[in-house]
Amino acid sequence: MKRLFDWVKRGRTAVIGVPYLWLVVFFLVPFLVVLKYSVSEMGTVSVNDILTFKDGALQLTLRGNTYFSLTQDDLYWKTYWSSIKYAAITTVFCLAIGYPFSYFMARAKATIQPALLMLVMLPFWTSFLLRVYAWKGLLDENGWVWQVLTTLHLDQSLAYFDVISAPGKLMNTPFSLVIGMVYTYLPFMILPLYSNLAKMDLRLLEAASDLGATPWKAFWLITVPLSKAGIIAGSMLVFIPCVGEFVIPELLGGPQTLMIGRVLWDEFFSNNDWPMASTVAVVMILLIIVPLAVFNRYQAEAQEKAA
Amino acid sequence: MAATSTDNPAAAATYLQIRDVVKDFSGYKAVNHVSLDIAKGEIFALLGSSGCGKTTLLRMLAGFETPTAGSIVLNGQDLAGMPPYERPINMMFQSYALFPHLTVWDNIAFGLRRDGMPKDQVAERVEAMLKLVQLGKFAKRKPHQLSGGQQQRVALARSLAKRPQLMLLDEPLGALDKKLREETQIELVNIIEEVGVTCVMVTHDQEEAMTMASRIAVMSEGRILQVGAPSDIYETPATRFVADFIGNVNMMDGTLSCDFPDHVIVECTDCSHYVGHGITGTEGMTVSVAVRPEKIALQREMPANEQAPHNRVQGTIKDLAYFGSFTVYHLALASGAMLKVSQSNVARHRDDQLTWGDTAWASWSPTAQVVLTQ
Repeated sequence: MKRLFDWVKRGRTAVIGVPYLWLVVFFLVPFLVVLKYSVSEMGTVSVNDILTFKDGALQLTLRGNTYFSLTQDDLYWKTYWSSIKYAAITTVFCLAIGYPFSYFMARAKATIQPALLMLVMLPFWTSFLLRVYAWKGLLDENGWVWQVLTTLHLDQSLAYFDVISAPGKLMNTPFSLVIGMVYTYLPFMILPLYSNLAKMDLRLLEAASDLGATPWKAFWLITVPLSKAGIIAGSMLVFIPCVGEFVIPELLGGPQTLMIGRVLWDEFFSNNDWPMASTVAVVMILLIIVPLAVFNRYQAEAQEKAA
Repeated sequence: MAATSTDNPAAAATYLQIRDVVKDFSGYKAVNHVSLDIAKGEIFALLGSSGCGKTTLLRMLAGFETPTAGSIVLNGQDLAGMPPYERPINMMFQSYALFPHLTVWDNIAFGLRRDGMPKDQVAERVEAMLKLVQLGKFAKRKPHQLSGGQQQRVALARSLAKRPQLMLLDEPLGALDKKLREETQIELVNIIEEVGVTCVMVTHDQEEAMTMASRIAVMSEGRILQVGAPSDIYETPATRFVADFIGNVNMMDGTLSCDFPDHVIVECTDCSHYVGHGITGTEGMTVSVAVRPEKIALQREMPANEQAPHNRVQGTIKDLAYFGSFTVYHLALASGAMLKVSQSNVARHRDDQLTWGDTAWASWSPTAQVVLTQ
């Protein structure tokens, strides 16, 4: 009996251990490697080791000059800011489009829901690179999105709000960048929202209606607050990868939309400055993780207070 | 089979009038020509097994379903085409449907705020409701932090807060365990009567319907079989279905052999019945005689009753079920039919206690039976 118990206990530890092992091997260790690079000195092809054996003694060389230069050059801060700004704009648009989308999907007939879900995931069957590239054809002069927008003179208003550089020029602007990012990341907003909304107890809406709430009121007072977890999950899934996005700004963005992924690339491959590139990456991770951790802690505290 | 206002002595003061209501779900009539008149202040129960249409009828009152035909009039106002959020009706939902993200206080205030009631009045009303259901100190809790009984009281307070003209209760005690249910039944009725609201409740639990309701409608397959006070339904069931559905009953098929104005005699397989009231029927017709187990006496010796040789039968005790306050004996009759007899356990011990295998005589009075023709 005791042996069985031990066996079960060990099994449980193993099962729980797998995700932790995953996090250690694929997140923590690479992060530590990057962190090490950021405080190392650049050699000719790669960084020098921080631990050297010299004159019969082990020497640890740590350099913080990259962190210092990060604070000196406002290019970095401007780029961080622009990355976060475009990621936030993308998240807002994804939420605005994704919420009604998920809502109607979750309320659709049970028989057609799997088909709708399939349609949301269908784009993943084509390479993401191709799909982003395809937008070039749509937004370039004489592409049909371009034709529709210019015929309706919507490009005038877009230019007025400074999201395109000049009327008639849609490509390589904040406009084309946000279109590409919203298009690419929309499914990541829809899926968690859908799974949240689909399992909502519809009797709560009946109860709200019974107590005098119009359907619109019931939506804002019951459905939206109850889908908070889905909204948060979807927003994180969109916001976090958008901050570090490299490919979409490269293909669809322009001089106005320099993002941190591009800076990282330049430091690594053009300047061959691995410590600087690593520093940019480490600071980016901190910029995202610290607010998230604070937010999570606040959430947990609010839950505890309620309990 | 009377399901109209004639059953209701207070028919003059009809408050809720349900007229010939039909609900057709693509060819299946969930509710089939139902008419009911309910007086102000009544607690009215729709009783039936699942799928009998009682919940559909309730949902039509609330406005969640639209009747295919017929009309529903509350306090002189036709409810047709009125959405749920405009009806002066509130419902206590099965398993309560409390808003999980709102506190007890906000749950109760929800309906009042929708009416645009001023803040201080909302607070006043909510406090009064909390006091009524004795949940004052739980006001700041969320529903999941309450026990089942407490949640039930929050649901009650929430549906009473707007002072509805009609309250609907969908299996109000279905989610509670037996002991708590019995206590809550009385408490719930007391609160409802204190507020004085007219109630329509739906239940499959006959005990719940009998303890709580002033009148009961027994439903089956979308139709109303009988409407009456709990004692009417129990003591004078109109049909075999109602007699069988409500409580325990011994049903014996037989033929009407003598038909007098003041009594009839029914010949059954194992015994004959002398029934002390006249019925509308003709000699030779097939009828059923229903006798409740508690109206039968059981003894070892042949009883010398006035109606002998009617109203008595001999059998062997095949089974007995001891319930504490009473015992149910299963008596095997000559034909093999079983007769259920329930006896109160008045004394703690009896030397001549009947037990398995004993032969015993069952007898009953001429007022014990009900003759059923439908």
